[in-house]
Amino acid sequence: MPDIDIDAPGTTLLLMGNEAIARGALEAGVGFVSSYPGTPSSEILPALAGVAKRRGLYAEWAINEMLAMMNAAAASMAGVRSMATMKQNGTNVALDFIATQIARGQRGGGGLVLVNCDDPGQRNSPNEQDTRHVAKMLGIPMLEPGDFQEAKDMTKWLYDLSEELDCLVMLRAVAKIAHTSGNVTLGELSKREHKAHFPLDAPIMAPGSPMMPHARVLQKVEMAKEKFESSLFNRYIGPDKPELLIIACGASWLHAMEAVRILQLQDRVGALKLGTIWPLPEKLIEEYLGKSDQVLFMEEVDPFVEGNVMEFAASLGPVGPRPVFYGKRSGHVPAFGELNPDAAIRAVAKVMDITYQPRPADYSKRVQAASEKEVILRSGTLCAGCPHRASYWAIHKALKLDGRDGFATADNGCMGAGAGAGGFYVAKIAGAMGSGAGLADGLGKLGQFGFDQPVIGGLGDSTFYHAGIPALLSAVWNRSNFTLIIYDNSATAMTGFQPHPGTGMTAMGEPGKAVSIEDICCSFGIRVEICDPFELDKTTDTVLDVLRDEANGPRVVIMRHECELQRARREKPPYKVYVDPDKCLGENCGCDRLCTRIFRCPGIRWNEETGKAEIDEITCSGCGLCVDICPQGAITKEALVPEAKELEEEIVGR
Amino acid sequence: MKALMKDPLSLIVIGVAGQGNVVTSYLICNALVREGYLVTFGQSYPPQQRGGSVINYIRVSTEIQTSPIIPEGRADVIVAMEPVEAMRMLNQYGNPDVITMVNPRPIQAIDTTGLGVEYPSLDKIMEDIRGLSARTWVVNATEEAQKLGNAIMANVVLVGALVGSGVLPLDRKSMEPVIAERFPKAVELNMSAFDRGVELVKQ
Repeated sequence: MPDIDIDAPGTTLLLMGNEAIARGALEAGVGFVSSYPGTPSSEILPALAGVAKRRGLYAEWAINEMLAMMNAAAASMAGVRSMATMKQNGTNVALDFIATQIARGQRGGGGLVLVNCDDPGQRNSPNEQDTRHVAKMLGIPMLEPGDFQEAKDMTKWLYDLSEELDCLVMLRAVAKIAHTSGNVTLGELSKREHKAHFPLDAPIMAPGSPMMPHARVLQKVEMAKEKFESSLFNRYIGPDKPELLIIACGASWLHAMEAVRILQLQDRVGALKLGTIWPLPEKLIEEYLGKSDQVLFMEEVDPFVEGNVMEFAASLGPVGPRPVFYGKRSGHVPAFGELNPDAAIRAVAKVMDITYQPRPADYSKRVQAASEKEVILRSGTLCAGCPHRASYWAIHKALKLDGRDGFATADNGCMGAGAGAGGFYVAKIAGAMGSGAGLADGLGKLGQFGFDQPVIGGLGDSTFYHAGIPALLSAVWNRSNFTLIIYDNSATAMTGFQPHPGTGMTAMGEPGKAVSIEDICCSFGIRVEICDPFELDKTTDTVLDVLRDEANGPRVVIMRHECELQRARREKPPYKVYVDPDKCLGENCGCDRLCTRIFRCPGIRWNEETGKAEIDEITCSGCGLCVDICPQGAITKEALVPEAKELEEEIVGR
Repeated sequence: MKALMKDPLSLIVIGVAGQGNVVTSYLICNALVREGYLVTFGQSYPPQQRGGSVINYIRVSTEIQTSPIIPEGRADVIVAMEPVEAMRMLNQYGNPDVITMVNPRPIQAIDTTGLGVEYPSLDKIMEDIRGLSARTWVVNATEEAQKLGNAIMANVVLVGALVGSGVLPLDRKSMEPVIAERFPKAVELNMSAFDRGVELVKQ
């Protein structure tokens, strides 16, 4: 990641949208930033934390998004320009506080910006959601960048807007802007000095205050609308009287422009890019609706601009412009999933009645014929060496040995793979942050209705701190009968190895106070076991024993083993692992190819020619776990680093 | 700024999660922006850390900021760190003029090791890739990186091969500062991986 604070105005860098947002905040003079990691928003906070010390900022990972939002709002009320960043699910977590904050304002303090990154197509999310609805629902002024430069420029401008209106403002970036890189020309860094003081004489916006908070919100929205009417973030490219007017925002604007170029319709089709998403600049929209008889909307995820523009057009009555509207409602644009240039080309070609063929038909035929045979499926799985594979293997075995139709729940993050082949299908339900514990808590109280299946709730370590503690506490209080497994790989791994309270390291790389998972769980007065899942047999026995524990309430097993990718960033692999071809009996073994067909670590492959298993030295992480899987003892490990060697000698010595 | 082979020029860099193709793209895109080109670098990746295909879309222009995704059938260059992935991309983005660069080292999928799918014949895939491309470079990037001490450097060998092939307006001089910035502790090693890549396409 580049240092985003280089003091070189006018220089052009390749920046990810998230880095551009961080740079925009620096140019605005942000002083306080709080966040919880979640793709596609995860890179904003580290970019700022990396330069925090020398720029005099404060940047932190909070344990969840509600706290990130509260922290940023508190700093802004003390006069410091502040920012909270999160993905769409995080905005949901913070929503209760956002709703009251927007109604009350910052008491004349520093600008407050909430950056929300949406994930169209839910590539890295449990749901697909359009957070623009939040702006409308709560009356929050919102901008959406249509390229990387705008991601920076909008962020910077939002601070002025927030202070002028004295209210929270939002930036909504879709994944193909936030998590995509492009050219960004830098502006001046802010020389603002941060001085925090909470003014006691500022107007109090509390129940009983002279102005109804809702009335205040409506007033701010009207003020924002006036400013948005003349905003340069809205712009039009195309002929004066286009046959088709495209109204687009976010990355969809780039797709739409590409479609117009490819179909060579520059003289016939125009595109109005909207950067001010809520409130919509109605006068501007009315002017453009009058320019064309046909309007096509291109946006991700919901038909948000589409629906609101149609509603506005209807409000203009019979004298207003009456174009035909195309978009998600008419079926011209896909109603769900991430958009791309092809979706735009198809929509424009359909409205304009053009046939489009990107390549010769015979080429398509040839490449499709070859691909049918040669393009294999690549299902996602856990990494080679992943401790969750070991944990799931032990749970899978324990549930089979228990024999009472037990099952597990999963949560967000890497261990969500427990629902697939990589986790031996042990997890049957997954959902929101913390639901791995909350759903198990609910199931654990169904005994009076005849429910007798053992339930294993599951959470990652970071998720435990984020949303697991209240669920466990409620379960202890109400004596819910289940086992909570906390998969502690000492990292927020899936989103990029951010630290959390258990690691004790802060976002700015300084030592914080570590809070251990077991200390929290033990303080509830319940049974807590700690396993290293790489000790497979011991872990299986422990899980089985805890499952059968007749304790009147929840029990906890902490599966502790560091994320393999995080370990590999520091050290060389512990072992060289190989299959002894003399010992591997292949199909004749009777193990039914346990290592490749069931265990399925990507580091092991099946050699069709020899009919035996082998290790792929490129993919293998050298963790050595599979040595304990092979019933024939054909997989062998040789210690490579001194620590592993010593450990092995110690074990052999015993 | 030198003119591009095509404007905009659309490249795909694909690999299996964990092969490091994002670094390949990152190095190339950074060098292009420093040379003054307009670049978009989009990614499409699986939620899990491993197993799936990671597609990088690189688009370069002297005048326009393009969509971050390449339209179907419109790739100009496909760089594949794995042979099946090259075919996957040809199927979606290939055309009679496409140039392909392929690292022929197969990476199995859990579907081929355990879910009953057979990994196709390597000879047949390579033959089909050649037949569906205007030009194909076969670059033994993994093998060469292993000789240099670490298979992960296959991604930098491919940067060298791509620059050496002349499809991009880049040379050693434009790559060196970018590589030095990305690998401050292993500049020489990565530059030797880069040079090896250049040599491989000159042979």
